[in-house]
Amino acid sequence: MSLLLSEFTVNAGRLRLLDIPSLSLPSTGLVGVIGPNGAGKSTLLKALAGIIPHAGRKTLDCTWPDPTRIAYLPQDFAVSAAMSVAECVLLGRRERLGWRITAHDRAEVGRVLSLLDLTHLAEARMDRLSGGQQQRVLLAQRLLRDPRLMILDEPTSALDLHHQLEVLSRLKALSTDILVIAALHDLTLAGRFADHLVLIEHGMLKAADNPEAVLNGDMLDPVYAIRCEVFRDRARNPVVVAHSPCDPCPKSPIR
Amino acid sequence: MTLAVDQVPGLDRADLTRMGAVCAALLLLAALMVADLVTGPAGLPLSQVVDGLREGPSGADRRLATILWYLRMPQTLMAALVGFALGVCGLMMQTILNNPLASPFTLGFSAAAGFGAALVILFGTALPVALWIGVPLAAFLSTLTAAALVYLVAHYRGASHEMLVLAGIAVLFLFQSLQSLLQFMAAPEVLQQIVFWLFGSLLKATWTSVQVLAALLVLTLPLILREVWNLTALRLGDGNAASLGLNVEAMRRRVLVLVALLTAGAVSFTGTIGFVGLIAPHVARALVGEDHRFGLPMAGIMGAVVLVAASVTGKLISPGAVIPVGIITALAGIPMLLGVILMKGRT
Repeated sequence: MSLLLSEFTVNAGRLRLLDIPSLSLPSTGLVGVIGPNGAGKSTLLKALAGIIPHAGRKTLDCTWPDPTRIAYLPQDFAVSAAMSVAECVLLGRRERLGWRITAHDRAEVGRVLSLLDLTHLAEARMDRLSGGQQQRVLLAQRLLRDPRLMILDEPTSALDLHHQLEVLSRLKALSTDILVIAALHDLTLAGRFADHLVLIEHGMLKAADNPEAVLNGDMLDPVYAIRCEVFRDRARNPVVVAHSPCDPCPKSPIR
Repeated sequence: MTLAVDQVPGLDRADLTRMGAVCAALLLLAALMVADLVTGPAGLPLSQVVDGLREGPSGADRRLATILWYLRMPQTLMAALVGFALGVCGLMMQTILNNPLASPFTLGFSAAAGFGAALVILFGTALPVALWIGVPLAAFLSTLTAAALVYLVAHYRGASHEMLVLAGIAVLFLFQSLQSLLQFMAAPEVLQQIVFWLFGSLLKATWTSVQVLAALLVLTLPLILREVWNLTALRLGDGNAASLGLNVEAMRRRVLVLVALLTAGAVSFTGTIGFVGLIAPHVARALVGEDHRFGLPMAGIMGAVVLVAASVTGKLISPGAVIPVGIITALAGIPMLLGVILMKGRT
C-alpha cells in the first residue's frame, strides 16, 4: 500500500518541467519535498493536486482519492477578502455546502479552528490578519476537507518559529492516518519532522529516502551548490548548516 | 481537541444581522415602489392609488386604472427588475474579474446594446418588424454578440481576469466606434431618437418588457444560486479557489453567460442605465460582507432601490417632462460611489 508514480512528467509547451520515471512513497506519513529554487517542487505538488495536467500514472493505494478529499495549499495564499476567519474556513467544504449552514458544518469549523489554536480569531477579518495567521487559517480550511492526501506548498513559509513547530507537529500527528506531502525550505525542520524526503533537482528525482540518507553533504552539496555541515541536536536529529562553496574549508568539521 | 461547538462566532451572529439587513432593504424597496406609483404628472394622491390597486386593472374608474396599471405600474416594476438584474450582474462581474471597478457594462455590453438599438432605429423602417420589437431585439442580440466575442477569447486564450478585461475593452471600443459611425450617418431627427435611447429611460417600459425580463430572471436565478459558494470561494483569490477544487476558468465562463443574458435583457428595453451595476455591489458588500448568499440578493435589492429612487427623483424634479432615469442614476451614483470609497478608506 503506497503512493506510486510512474513515467510522471509535466510539460510546458516543449519544455519538460518534471520527469520522474518512478517514485514510491509510503501511503501514510509526512513526506518532505526539498530542492533548490526552480527545481520543480511546486510543479510536482500542483500536478499531484490536479491543478496542472501531467502525463504518466499516479496511484495512492491502487486508486486516486476523490478531489474533495485532496487538500492542496498553494504557495501564493494572500487573501484580501473582507470575510471572517470562520467564514473562510467554512469554504473548505465548498462542494458540500447548502443554502443553510448545518450544525455539522459549524461543528467541523469549530473543531479545526481549535485544532490549529485559532478559535480566538474566529471573528477576525481575513484581510486584517498577518501573513502567518492567514497561512494557518488556510491550513485549517484544508483540514476541513477531511483529506486523505494533503499537499502543502511551503506550509510554514510565513510562520514564526513557535508556529512552525506547532503546525509541523500537528501535521505529523495527522499523518499517522493520511499522507502529507509538503514542500519545505528549511532542511533542519524537514529532517526533524519528515519520515521521508524527496530531493528534486532540475525537474529530476535526485533521491527519495529517509532523512538520514538524504541530509548529507554528498547529496546536498552538488544540488544546492553549497558546502554543508550536518550536526546532531540533543534528540539526535540532523541540523544542516550551509556554507558558501567559496568559503575556506573548516579545518576539522564537527560531525 | 475534538470539541463539538454548536455556535461558532463569526458564523451565526453574522448570519442573523445579514438577514436583518436584507429584510430592511426589502422594506425600503417596497416603500420606494409605492412612492414611485404615487408620483407622476397626473398627481394621484396615495388614497386614490390604494383604491386603484385594490380595484385592479379593470376598475370602474377607467382614467385611474389606465394611469396606474398601464403607465406607472410597468415603469415601477421595470425599474425594480432592471435594478435587480444590474445589481446582481454587477456583483458577479466584480467577483469574477476581481475588480471593484467592474460592472455589467465593463465588457462592452452597453456599447453593444446601444449599437444594436441605433442600427434598428436608423434602418428599422426597412425591417418587417415593428420598431418597438425590433429595437430591443437588436439590442439584446448585439449584447449577446459582444458576450460571445469575449467568451471566444476566454475560451481560446484562457479566462483569466486580465484576459477578460482586455477582451472586454476591445469589444467596448469596437461597438462604441460602430455606434459613433451610425450616429454620424444618421439624420438629425433619427440621431435624436438614438441619443434618447442611449440615455436610458423607463418610459419605454411595457408589460411585455416586464414579462420578458422577469422570465429571464426566473430562468437565470437558479443557475446563479448554484454558483453562490463558488463565487464566495473565488474571493479568496484564483490560487486558493482552484486549490479548493474549483475550476476557476470554467466558472468564469459560466457566470459570463449568465451576466450577458441578464444584462442584455435589462438594457434592451430601457437603454443603458449606468452606475447601478457599479454602485449596488459596493453598497451590498459594505452592508453584508463577502458571503454571496447574502451579497447577491442584497446587490440586487440595492440596485432596485437605487433605480426606483432615481425614478421618483426624476419625476419630482421635473413633473412635466420626466428626466430620463439614466441621467439621474449617473448624477446620484457619483456621490454615492465617492461616499462608499471614503467610508471604505476609513475602516
